[in-house]
Amino acid sequence: MMAQDAGMFTVHQTIGSVLCCKCGIRMQPNAANMCVKCLRSEVDITEGLLKRLVLVHCPECESYLQPPRTWVKLQLESKELLTFCLKKLQKNMNINKVKLVNAEFIWTEPHSKRVKVKVSVQKEVYNGAILEQSYLIEYVQQDHMCESCSRVAANPDQWVAAVQLRQHVSHRRTFFYLEQLILRHGAAARAVRIKQMDHGIDFYFSNRSHGNKFVEFIGKVAPVKSRSDKQLVSHDSKSNNYNYKYTFSVEISPICHEDLICLPPKAAAILGNIGPIVICTKVTNSIALLDPLTLKFGFLDAEQYWRTSFKSLLTSRQLVEYIVLDIEAVSSEITVGGMKYVLADAQVARVSDFGKNDTQFSIRTHLGHLLKPGDLALGYDLYGANSNDMELDRYKGYIPEVVLIKKSYEEKRQKRRGKPRSWKLKSLNMEVDDKIKVNEDKNDAEYENFLKDLEENPELRFNISLYQNKDYQPSEVASVTEDDGQPIPSVPDDELLAADLLAAEFDDLDLIEDGDGEDDMAE
Amino acid sequence: MATRLQFENNCDIGVFSKLTNAYCMVAIGGSESFYSVFESELSGVIPVVKTSIAGTRIVGRLCAGNKNGLLLPHTTTDQELQHLRNSLPDQVVVQRIEEKLSALGNCIACNDHVALTHTDLDRETEEIIADVLGVEVFRQTIAGNILVGSFCSLSNRGGLVHPHTSIEDLDELSTLLQVPLVAGTVNRGSEVIAAGMIVNDWTAFCGSDTTATELSVIESVFKLRDSQPSVIVDEMRKSLIDSYV
Repeated sequence: MMAQDAGMFTVHQTIGSVLCCKCGIRMQPNAANMCVKCLRSEVDITEGLLKRLVLVHCPECESYLQPPRTWVKLQLESKELLTFCLKKLQKNMNINKVKLVNAEFIWTEPHSKRVKVKVSVQKEVYNGAILEQSYLIEYVQQDHMCESCSRVAANPDQWVAAVQLRQHVSHRRTFFYLEQLILRHGAAARAVRIKQMDHGIDFYFSNRSHGNKFVEFIGKVAPVKSRSDKQLVSHDSKSNNYNYKYTFSVEISPICHEDLICLPPKAAAILGNIGPIVICTKVTNSIALLDPLTLKFGFLDAEQYWRTSFKSLLTSRQLVEYIVLDIEAVSSEITVGGMKYVLADAQVARVSDFGKNDTQFSIRTHLGHLLKPGDLALGYDLYGANSNDMELDRYKGYIPEVVLIKKSYEEKRQKRRGKPRSWKLKSLNMEVDDKIKVNEDKNDAEYENFLKDLEENPELRFNISLYQNKDYQPSEVASVTEDDGQPIPSVPDDELLAADLLAAEFDDLDLIEDGDGEDDMAE
Repeated sequence: MATRLQFENNCDIGVFSKLTNAYCMVAIGGSESFYSVFESELSGVIPVVKTSIAGTRIVGRLCAGNKNGLLLPHTTTDQELQHLRNSLPDQVVVQRIEEKLSALGNCIACNDHVALTHTDLDRETEEIIADVLGVEVFRQTIAGNILVGSFCSLSNRGGLVHPHTSIEDLDELSTLLQVPLVAGTVNRGSEVIAAGMIVNDWTAFCGSDTTATELSVIESVFKLRDSQPSVIVDEMRKSLIDSYV
């Protein structure tokens, strides 16, 4: 080319033909000066290459052994299986200096236990000539149970790590909520067994790291204190292998949503001296506390809580119904910790007293934005309560007589009693220990309360997946709205997931805020 | 007639021997059977001379000659020179030349009328060649290789060249040499023709690896099939271009 650019004349070279030195047929000269057939008959480049190999296969979990100890799950006639098979040939080919050019599967019956691969290789022969040849490799599939399958088969209840989740309170609300969270995030997917115990749940895993991961997950969603222990199961002195059983003991703090707490002075000091009577408004991996008289807010994270561990004064079991006689806002709407409150002075009377006697209470409440005269509210009765709390006895200052917590929708719910909801929840596959006494009615009532909580609190629904209840008949919807225009709380339809869409579109469809017309984030 | 033989189990006989129409040179130190093959073919017609050149056995590649003369490299010792002068017929002029390229057999391919040489040969050497060997000298390459003496084997009746020689080159060389040429191999696909075989006007010797196909090509291009060991006289040269295209 260069010569031609420089203007030189080059003669066009036509390659002549010679006779193959072996068979005498006319051919183009090549490095070996033999026709391809003669060359093939002379040299077999597949000499010395492996043609028959063994693949160890576990019939239970369809996986193949990758020495020395890993088991890889592979499908027949897949790309990954081809790569796996070819890797075994690599070393042998490098020693023989052949280059792999092409490989493909030849179909065999699945139960013949043979995998056939046709491979094309190239090698240099006779100083310069490159010869390509293809040949067949047969892989014999030998069945051998992999370690994990054999362990499962030998003892199906075998576990290596156990996580014991406990909360020492008299209700199971936290566990219902945690159950939904766990389902949503699939944290218990690797659990071998789940068992419901007194005051808690036990999770069993086949691997310490799974158990650890689960404990970390719980640590992110609840304020916990955990410790781990291990127990020696077996010991191989020759190879110094030790097998242990690991136990993680996780304790959730007993403070729950809507509890009334009397803070010990140490805890109050951490939080900026908010009044000793506080309400717990939100429990995630930290506890949010609100002083109802001053609308001051405080956070305690798990470590801080366990350092000054205190119990709640009154829990939501002890809520009493009050009727609001008069209410007068004292401050404007204040947003505290993401929620709006209005400080108000109110006159209330217990529903049990109403009409019977004149006992009324003048109190300050933070629910000024929700309540109107004539409304029913639920609150704690400190006036009538007989509490056994050292902190409360020690406190010399002002203690309110009534602390209102939330508005009550009980009356309106009565109209809907017995009718199914438009949504439902999934549940974890839990075994129930036969030894403990199970009070069925109590359980059902608690679950019902939990569902009501979910309806009332959109933020509680945030981390939970709700599914459409196919049995729900929407014909009764008309009667849902109330005479005074206030609808009872219910879950808007666009927050629901169709149950069968769950697995695939889990991440896409959910994470919706309240249904104020804000549609799903990603379709 | 072409004969197959080996020198000490090596098929490159063109390295260890040289054959012309007037004499034959072989290397010393080989087994007697090697010489007996030559002697059975050639004795009585032309002398078979055992010699070394520069103390080595690669006599075929170090010297170049035809019936008129023999050229030796400057490394040839005086004794060898004298021995050759004594052994060869008187009409053969034995000359030692001062040339930087001392493997004259690799650099010069010649028959009794024409010679092809390495392109980098000295001017004086070219004149000496023309003078001593009585030939017309052409500087050429064969299939892009400058060692013309290695890649082609010439006799007065034909020639065999490197298998990768293109058709245009073959035509050109054939016109220069005035003999039919063919591209082929010797010793089972080896491209170094002159190392694998030696030839004169009535006989040829090849390495024992040479296949029957190659042998038949050699016999047909050098016209050995029905020839007798008689002195060949000059003939009218026709411009014959014969190649298996």
